[in-house]
Amino acid sequence: MNVTQNTEAQRMSFWERLYIPEIVRGLSITLRQMFKPKFTRQYPEERWEPLGSYRGRPVLVLDEDGERCVACGLCSRVCPALAIEVQAGETERDKERYPVKFEINMLRCIYCGFCEEVCPEEAIVMSKDYELVFEDRESAILDKEHLLVPIHQLQDRLEFLRRYK
Amino acid sequence: MPVITIDGQRLEVPAGKTIIEAAYENGLQIPHFCWHPALSVAGNCRMCLVEVGMPKRRPDGSIELDDTGQPVISFLPKLQIACATPVADGMVVRTTSERAVRAQEAVMEFLLINHPLDCPICDEAGQCKLQEYAFRYSRGVSRFDEEKVHKPKRVIWGPTIVFDAERCILCSRCIRFANEIARQPVLTFVERNDHVTIELYPGTEFDNPYSMNVIELCPVGALTSRDFRFRARVWEMSFTDSICPGCARGCNIRIGVRNNEILRLEPRRNLSVNQYWMCDQGRLTQYGFVNYNRVDGPHLRSAVTGKLEPVSWEAAYDAVAAALRRYKPEEIAIIGSGRLTNEDAYALVKFARTVLKTPNLDFPRRDDPDFGDDFLRCADRNPNTTGVLELGLKPSAGGVGLEELPEKVHYGAIRLLYIVEEDPAALSPQLRQALEEAEMVIMHASNYTESTRYAHILLATTTYAELEGTYTNIQRRVQLLRPAVATKERERYQGLQMSRWDKLGAWNDRWTHGPRRDCRQTWQHLQAIARLLGTLWKWRRSEEVFLEIAREVPSFAGMTYQLLDAYQGVVLGKGRNPDPVPALQYESHVLKP
Repeated sequence: MNVTQNTEAQRMSFWERLYIPEIVRGLSITLRQMFKPKFTRQYPEERWEPLGSYRGRPVLVLDEDGERCVACGLCSRVCPALAIEVQAGETERDKERYPVKFEINMLRCIYCGFCEEVCPEEAIVMSKDYELVFEDRESAILDKEHLLVPIHQLQDRLEFLRRYK
Repeated sequence: MPVITIDGQRLEVPAGKTIIEAAYENGLQIPHFCWHPALSVAGNCRMCLVEVGMPKRRPDGSIELDDTGQPVISFLPKLQIACATPVADGMVVRTTSERAVRAQEAVMEFLLINHPLDCPICDEAGQCKLQEYAFRYSRGVSRFDEEKVHKPKRVIWGPTIVFDAERCILCSRCIRFANEIARQPVLTFVERNDHVTIELYPGTEFDNPYSMNVIELCPVGALTSRDFRFRARVWEMSFTDSICPGCARGCNIRIGVRNNEILRLEPRRNLSVNQYWMCDQGRLTQYGFVNYNRVDGPHLRSAVTGKLEPVSWEAAYDAVAAALRRYKPEEIAIIGSGRLTNEDAYALVKFARTVLKTPNLDFPRRDDPDFGDDFLRCADRNPNTTGVLELGLKPSAGGVGLEELPEKVHYGAIRLLYIVEEDPAALSPQLRQALEEAEMVIMHASNYTESTRYAHILLATTTYAELEGTYTNIQRRVQLLRPAVATKERERYQGLQMSRWDKLGAWNDRWTHGPRRDCRQTWQHLQAIARLLGTLWKWRRSEEVFLEIAREVPSFAGMTYQLLDAYQGVVLGKGRNPDPVPALQYESHVLKP
């Protein structure tokens, strides 16, 4: 049914119905912005360094004495997208368990950070890595080799967790 | 019978029972760690402290009543342990009163003082009694800031068990099990105070046929299986109720499966058969063959290469039917197996008698006197000898049994061997020679064995973990098996138990890629072949075969799968009036999904 009464056109004044003043007003805003400082980043050349609170790709912490993960499987259990798969094995170290296999399917990951929150060993943390490009589905499943990151690269995040978790 | 009141609920209990037994027999629960219905009462965990009161009596012995006519209850000044206090007429027990709850919280706090925060590493996590009670009966916070006592970890107790002294809460269940059930008294408490730990006597090892039962018995993760250690978290597995095929006892088991691979077997309670236990042999050897070395799909031996080549089911069945048509009934001998389920054995007997009309039908006994003992293990290593004999899997009049078979094959009287889920070549050299000399060998097999080398036609069958069926154990009890492992034909969502991953995972997730074998149950093969040979068999499920058995075989009369489920198995001939299930259905601690 067509609405013919109390329409937008009926409510407009004469000047508004002309449209020309409105067009001029819009152009002036554009013109003003041209002389203001620019915020655009020249991305591949200029990179953005996120803060510690940023939730990028989840990674495993590689401590001085090896990986922290004990393969408890809580990240895998809590993951709402079922992105994580862990297979445990036995080791001679103090903490008897370690992940034989640890895989995160980055096509499934939704960067919620639940895995980091639930981890009893602070072994999985969200990194600053936001450049995630894969050429096929198989290479989007990251294994331990791709996930382990030396602890010194994760200091910002660990400091953030220490303060706010 | 004495009448007692637990938390306001009036119960009639036979005299001599303890409070905790009365509670569990009537579906009530009292928190406890050390008490177990199959073991003696130790009373050392103090978790089952309850408030116990008796009616107040006047000097003349009459019961004092209050204004409303109810007896006045005088509670004992101290709490009593429910596991060692026998019931008395008029007794009133409170398990949730303020004093009882305070005691439970105190005991939990004491137990948790030195208990390590090992849960992420511990195999028991998820089905741990201490974890469960920490949620239900403890205050949830620790006031203990000091260093916990450290004790040895990873102590090897024997070939099958690793002990972690830190996790141990000293309930003494394993000690009592070793003394009373396994009859190998090698465990004892040592040290004092918070340094108490359990040790083996010097120079001994905990290695008896039932040693691994202490793993389930242990309320915490102090005792772990060297076989299973760290292979999976419990919540990643699905658990299916089944029967152990290791010997004629038919112990009730639970099959733990992840990614379509069996990871462990554990005993399931059935007070009429195996109580709460199973033997290590069954637990360790009865799942490997389901995971590895499987025949996948039907195979025909190629005339050109002499090797088994995979073919389609239709082609294989056609080949079997053609081969069976080529020989006279007396020239065909069927070797069945004591590992067949009742359904498969019934189908095989029907196939032999009505379709092939051959009298030559037998199965090899598998007796191992060294294996049998006076507790659970039976010398008869076939799980269903009773059942297949009951269903008539034996040579009819004039038929050839296994003893004469090699000779008859040698002289050409028998030319076709039809072998169903059996490995005759491994049993005796004579049978191996018979296989070599037979003109035609048709086999149903789940695994590649010595005998499959001689097969001309090989039909892949299910193992016990993939089929639906029943076994009849040595006590003539018919017990139900459910499929735990998915096959090409029966996917997991078609009625199998599913873990969370099985439910939520997609087809392309890696943890759903566990191999599905293209195999069918023996009665399905026999039905397909029988239909090609001109019968009109039409069973769709094992249940329909079983219903036909119940109609045709008098001793199975009245039995259905529902009945077997409800009564935890039914003894032959009692299908119409099964023995009642014992009242005390106690489950110490299991994964609660």
